[in-house]
Amino acid sequence: MMEREEVMTETKKRSMQDYLSPLVKQIPPSGIRKFFDLVSNSKDKDIISLGVGEPDFVTPWHVREACVYSLEQGKTTYTSNAGLLELREAIANYLNQGFQLQYDPTNQIVVTVGGSEGIDLALRALVEPGDEILIPEPTYVSYSPIASITGGKPVGIETFAKDQFKLTAQSLKAAITPRSKILILCFPSNPTGATMSYEDLLPIAQLVEEHDLLVISDEIYAELSYGQKHVSFATLPGMKDRTLVVSGFSKAFAMTGWRMGYMCGHPELIAAMLKIHQYTVMCAPVMGQIAALEALKSGLADKDRMVESYNQRRRLVVEGFCNIGLSCHEPYGAFYAFPSIQSTGLTSEQFAERLLLEAKVAVVPGHVFGKGGEGFIRCSYATSVSQLTEAIERIGYFIQKLKKE
Amino acid sequence: MNEFKLKILDLLKEDARQSAQLIATMLGATEAEVKAAIAEMENDHIILKYGTIVNWSKVDEEKVTALIEVQITPERGRGFDAIAERIYLFPEVKTLYLMSGGYDLLVEIEGRTLREVASFVSSKLSTLESVLATKTHFILKKYKQDGVIFEEHEGDHRMLISP
Repeated sequence: MMEREEVMTETKKRSMQDYLSPLVKQIPPSGIRKFFDLVSNSKDKDIISLGVGEPDFVTPWHVREACVYSLEQGKTTYTSNAGLLELREAIANYLNQGFQLQYDPTNQIVVTVGGSEGIDLALRALVEPGDEILIPEPTYVSYSPIASITGGKPVGIETFAKDQFKLTAQSLKAAITPRSKILILCFPSNPTGATMSYEDLLPIAQLVEEHDLLVISDEIYAELSYGQKHVSFATLPGMKDRTLVVSGFSKAFAMTGWRMGYMCGHPELIAAMLKIHQYTVMCAPVMGQIAALEALKSGLADKDRMVESYNQRRRLVVEGFCNIGLSCHEPYGAFYAFPSIQSTGLTSEQFAERLLLEAKVAVVPGHVFGKGGEGFIRCSYATSVSQLTEAIERIGYFIQKLKKE
Repeated sequence: MNEFKLKILDLLKEDARQSAQLIATMLGATEAEVKAAIAEMENDHIILKYGTIVNWSKVDEEKVTALIEVQITPERGRGFDAIAERIYLFPEVKTLYLMSGGYDLLVEIEGRTLREVASFVSSKLSTLESVLATKTHFILKKYKQDGVIFEEHEGDHRMLISP
């Protein structure tokens, strides 16, 4: 007893930094944050932003109205941990009709707080320290930090413009080690707009089988596929039990702020994730769940209308970039174009900063999305036709100006 | 009608000033194809006119609009069409619909003053032989017309940059 007290008094007081978990401290701050600050601090009202990662539609009124009505009815309680059964049934039905997926709403589907919670739950439920998590990049900024927090080792796999930023079996194979455990797929891709067809996914599925991997497939942009229908990785031969499908209402139904997501997979994996979910968030907010149910019941036509509108604007920006001399692979999904700015000789960060200051267009520099993103910029085309036209014109002038330097 | 033309109509309905070239790009077609489709729809009287939706309450000009329910006796042989024509040819009549339910025609009248509209109803409309009764409703405020909300309240609330 005495001894212990002496030790205590000798210990130097901890600074706040000392309290912080090393796992959290090692995470680099989001590169997108820095650019966000730069754009937000500019008081210039004339800035056109192509940096927004969400739909430009407001949630359709009937969905908002369903939520308002439920509040009037006093529906303000918890729901079951997995979410309202009626909503899970609607999700099961929707996934079946739209993507040929079959999940039992009673034990294979959980409603989450955005798709992001699904990613977090999955990695926490699956990763042991030292496990390698394979992440094709450039990709959405959250996977790698969450993988690190769980003690896992994120392993970025570079994808290339020459492959339209698809993941190839060759690069996946080269990245696999005996410690590889999980592959995270995000197709259609944020930020590249890349999609993967059945034929593209088949060799990936074979490697997954061969190396006994588990796949977290973030299919949040599934509905935003142009030209050909989205293929869920879980529908490939033998992949259903090896795949956790993570998705949500944000992109397809213009419901980002509602934070309504869901995940579907093997009952034992779902049960493990549900344990964390029930101890951390209990359940997704009931008003959001009621709105999501309304979106599935009678919002499919709105969704189709929005997808058609994105597709029209997608053609507009791709042609626009080509006309001003920016090389841009054709994105077949999401609402992003990812043109190369290598011909300007600037880094993507320099390009994005100067574009903001000198041409008043905000884009996101590609390097924040990981390996292979340097030399590219992410441009969201979820903004009005007039703004897009003006933005392309401004970028064109800016490039002409750079050439004269 | 084919889907291509429907999509053109959807785009023109939103903004009739969009160029054929822009529409062509957005629909993945050629400019010539779009121009031909539009010309065809103009010829077929599918596209009647390219107008502007104006919020007249912001313009310093007196304007009174009324909706008038009209009950009529249809004419033998020509039904409602003959009397409808006699009514819609008046330039004061902005809109005319044949209705189901409690009355037959719904007439939208526009005039400079309340008195002008009232006198049109009493002297021109009610005096027509086949008109049995009219009921005049003056419009006090327009909230929405042809899908356009007059008071813009849904601005872009998005953050300028998000992942």
